[in-house]
Amino acid sequence: MPDKDNIGRKSAKEQRRYTWLAVKRNKACYAMLAPFMIFFLIFTVIPVVMSLPMGFTDFNMAQSPKFVGLSNYTTLFLSDKIFTQSIRVTIVFALFTGPVSYVLCFLLAWLINELHPKLKTVFTLIFYAPSMANVYTVWQLIFSGDTYGYINSFLINLGLINSPIQWLTDSNYVLGVTIVVQLWISLGAGFLALRAGFQNIDRSQYEAGAIEGIKTRWQELIYITIPSMGPQLMFAAVMQIVSSFTAGTVAQNLVGFPSTDYKAHTIMTHAYDYGWVRYEMGYASAICMVLFVVMFVANKLISKLLSKYMD
Amino acid sequence: MAQVNTARLRASNKQAGRKIGGTIGIFVFLLVLGLFMVLPIYLAVVMSIKPVEELFIFPPKLYAIEPTLENFGQMFQVLKSNQVPFSRYVFNSIFVTVSVTICQCVFASMAAFVLAKCRFPGSKIINSIIVVALLYQSNVIYIMQYMVMAKLGMINTYWALILPSIASPMGLFLMRQSIGQVPDAMIEAAKVDGAGLFRICWQVVMPNQKPALMTLIIFAFQAAWNIQAGTVVFDESLKTLPTVVTQAASSGLARAGVAMAAAVFMLVPPIVVFMIAQKNVIETMAHSGIKD
Repeated sequence: MPDKDNIGRKSAKEQRRYTWLAVKRNKACYAMLAPFMIFFLIFTVIPVVMSLPMGFTDFNMAQSPKFVGLSNYTTLFLSDKIFTQSIRVTIVFALFTGPVSYVLCFLLAWLINELHPKLKTVFTLIFYAPSMANVYTVWQLIFSGDTYGYINSFLINLGLINSPIQWLTDSNYVLGVTIVVQLWISLGAGFLALRAGFQNIDRSQYEAGAIEGIKTRWQELIYITIPSMGPQLMFAAVMQIVSSFTAGTVAQNLVGFPSTDYKAHTIMTHAYDYGWVRYEMGYASAICMVLFVVMFVANKLISKLLSKYMD
Repeated sequence: MAQVNTARLRASNKQAGRKIGGTIGIFVFLLVLGLFMVLPIYLAVVMSIKPVEELFIFPPKLYAIEPTLENFGQMFQVLKSNQVPFSRYVFNSIFVTVSVTICQCVFASMAAFVLAKCRFPGSKIINSIIVVALLYQSNVIYIMQYMVMAKLGMINTYWALILPSIASPMGLFLMRQSIGQVPDAMIEAAKVDGAGLFRICWQVVMPNQKPALMTLIIFAFQAAWNIQAGTVVFDESLKTLPTVVTQAASSGLARAGVAMAAAVFMLVPPIVVFMIAQKNVIETMAHSGIKD
């Protein structure tokens, strides 16, 4: 059907002209976007695009990358046993820390909002401070395997155990301890964004709600607060996905690298191992690519869920 | 029962259906959980003022018997022995932190406003690229970033510390989410009054965005304050505080004590900024009450 094709082509041309006009009309928009986008392009987009093909190469940082096709990926999935283990650890870790800390972020942000303004600042600081502090040494001391460890000495004094437990090296406890510490530092960006979201809600909505017969905190939360916090809930969800899937530094600092029997070996730790210990950058970036796909899917699922709930 | 005195409601900062018992319950719950949250930080402070001998007492104490500033003294001793005066590191850190924070907040706010409130060719793609950039983490990026900086001749200059941190996709995402909540009618009204986009952004939208902006300031300051010189800067006179403080902590005698002194020392400025920013949020909300 040549006629239809013709129409299509014509309108494509028109489309381009229309787009160009729209670009010209929105000059001010581009001008305001430019300062951010210039830096974003140079320091994020270009490095990311340059890193994309690295997963298909053999790159040891000393020589220039050599193209090896899909071999990194086949090795990953077919013969790298530790990678399979790290996927399992990452998923367990993300399923535990992600939802729990997301709910905690929201719950605490809400409860703090119910208090007197002076107390709000103090409690927000108390819950946010762990994500600012870099105190792995303290956690090492708390979970220390000898009797000087706070938890061991506490349990011994109570008579619950006779000999100290090797929290940081016993393969039964390694993942659990990492999860506890990760939860402790996880009230970060998402939590603070939610606190800001609560501050931003128009007070007149609550007053109108009171007139319309809302009686309890719960009703107020469900009928007024949550529906007007969609964007912040979305932001917190994305931050939570990032922090729970890319966790690795906590385990490395706390239970050592590599952890006993690879029990706390996440995908990110695996990538660190190949990238910065063995200098196999091609293989490391293949690992990161797999992680990115997982996170991308998780993000799509969660934003679908959230937007369904919001409507 | 429909008689609600809104003026009194607002003045007393109370909302419908608040029982004093419930509020006390919330307070107690938060207090208990809060104690657990601060305990490790409290222990870090205690450890930083414990003399070396006390680190190995059984059972370990939750306080210092003979508090001392020895650990801090040792940390500064190591810092002083560098060929560059300590004040230089302080200056470097403040300079880097302030420039990054200001640029990041200004640029992200403008870009977020445009992306949230204007439709133009490319806006949709950019919006989704921002989220993808947040999700894409790879340790190869740092190498590529290094290569880009080397090409631009930025290695071993202040630029290498400042410029890469300016465009933070997280900051933009945060602001975009928040500005998206501003009613379109407000912006249309300003347009009718003849205001340009730049003026609408700074005089109409941003004054209503204090909570989000203050949050962004906290994030930006915290990230910038912890920028390490790493491999991009090797001149001693360009290094930042965290770089030299971690060095000092790892070469101290009683490593745990000095490391904690360093951690506590580095934690103070972000906490001060946090307090100022949070106070600002709560005060403005208490005064303005209703927006738009």
